[in-house]
Amino acid sequence: MSETAVTLHQVTVAYDGQPALERVSCEIPRGQLTAIAGPNGAGKSTLLKALTGEQRLSGGTIDWHGLDRRDIGYLPQAAAIDRQFPLTVADMVSLGTWRETGAFRGIATASASRAAEALSTVGLSGFERRPIGVLSAGQFQRVLFARLLVQAAPVILLDEPFTAIDARTVRDLLAIIHRWHAEGRTVVAVLHDFDQIRAHFDNTLLLSRQVVHWGRSRIALSADNQRRAREWAEDRDEDSIVDIPARQTV
Amino acid sequence: MTAYTWLVEPFVQYGFMRRALVASVALAVSTCPIGALLVLRRMTLMGHALSHAVLPGAAIGFLIAGSLSLPLMGIGGLVVGLAIVLLSGWISQTTTLKEDTSFATFYLTSLAFGVLIVSLWGSNIDLLHILFGTILAINASALYTVGGIATVTLVGLALIYRPLVVECFDPGFLRVVNGRGGTYHLLFLLLVVVNLVAGFQTLGTLMAVGMMTIPAATAQLWSRTLPAMMTIAAVLGMVSSWIGLLLSYYVNVASGPTIILTASAMFCVSLLVHPAGIATRRRHRATAAG
Repeated sequence: MSETAVTLHQVTVAYDGQPALERVSCEIPRGQLTAIAGPNGAGKSTLLKALTGEQRLSGGTIDWHGLDRRDIGYLPQAAAIDRQFPLTVADMVSLGTWRETGAFRGIATASASRAAEALSTVGLSGFERRPIGVLSAGQFQRVLFARLLVQAAPVILLDEPFTAIDARTVRDLLAIIHRWHAEGRTVVAVLHDFDQIRAHFDNTLLLSRQVVHWGRSRIALSADNQRRAREWAEDRDEDSIVDIPARQTV
Repeated sequence: MTAYTWLVEPFVQYGFMRRALVASVALAVSTCPIGALLVLRRMTLMGHALSHAVLPGAAIGFLIAGSLSLPLMGIGGLVVGLAIVLLSGWISQTTTLKEDTSFATFYLTSLAFGVLIVSLWGSNIDLLHILFGTILAINASALYTVGGIATVTLVGLALIYRPLVVECFDPGFLRVVNGRGGTYHLLFLLLVVVNLVAGFQTLGTLMAVGMMTIPAATAQLWSRTLPAMMTIAAVLGMVSSWIGLLLSYYVNVASGPTIILTASAMFCVSLLVHPAGIATRRRHRATAAG
């Protein structure tokens, strides 16, 4: 088994001709916690979408070393999910069984009990029948983590898992990330809190459309690198007055 | 006149009323659950545009048949509706235009063509019938078409229910686990178009989308899960059809608008009496102020 979970080689992504990521290369190690950081518009979420295959590359390659898209557990940004949708917590968590059930097969009893177990792990026992619309932001994020627990994917991608989440929930969810680490899973997370990254994540990819630094978190997030990331972002903003809009679907 | 005679007599006495009721009930059972998803996907106006877009297809079918023929109008409407869905999807992917913009342009063009076709080769009465429907012309073949569409819709919905629902509230997740979100979106639009076609006869092309979205909007106020929302919407659709047909019979007005207005009345009442509705909120505010 190789030591690398995924290899990015010269990955480039452009929206309508405007580059969002340029020639990003790195080898994300298997079984470690990796953070992606950088200023706004640095291409962090774009990189995650490129990893899941949702975003087509304009150039470069992504090699998963034999892993399949279905081996990826993906946590979208909270804003990408319609939280008012009439769905119960149990339904939401059970979606984690997609690998076994697919689009059409029924959910087995064993999977249903796995969902209940995952809910108790995230501290939401007894929430099964509640509609997701009544949950707080923190509770909803716990539900999404429960879905990832049920999914039990070898690779887990988290897009801003702790944005607008209360401190206690962040602490509990970080514990789950460490549990995944102990189980040998590969976790890649887009994060904003540099102290948090230094405390919990082995490696950091500091992005500012291009790679500013890739390596151990403490070095990647040095004052020098942070300053460079900011400067690159400022240069960019001066170059183009037009913002790169996120592609919307109707 | 007892309540029984008022509510049931017209359907016992007249075959066309009976056929209209059967067609409307079949329509409600299939189109209202579709409408529930349409409302949740925030595509109500898209459905509205689509219902106008199918007009030229329906008009050509109408002219070929020489009268309101649901199968022919349906095929015409289906072809044009799908063409516009695919075309606007393609335009939005290849240009910087957003899908709703290209969609609006296409549907207006299409609607204009439809009205032009009918006014060139048909009469004003024909145009009225196409736009607002006519329950008098429901025959066996129309009933089979509506029944067939309802059956296909319910079976189709049951088959693609899970991916469709996920695509609706968490598209990113579906793309990662399944990779084929777009296919289900397209299948859903196909179901929307065939259900609009099913509504032509009783409701007309202008009103067909009303049966799809108004009961669903009302149901959203009263439900916390999707299956409940779909069931409530279907029941409301059936009740509005029944009351609407009776009113149109007694007052002697077009059936389509009457059915839709009945559904709207239920929506307004729900807005007023619902726990989170307008009346309750006013009362709360009054209490808080007092």
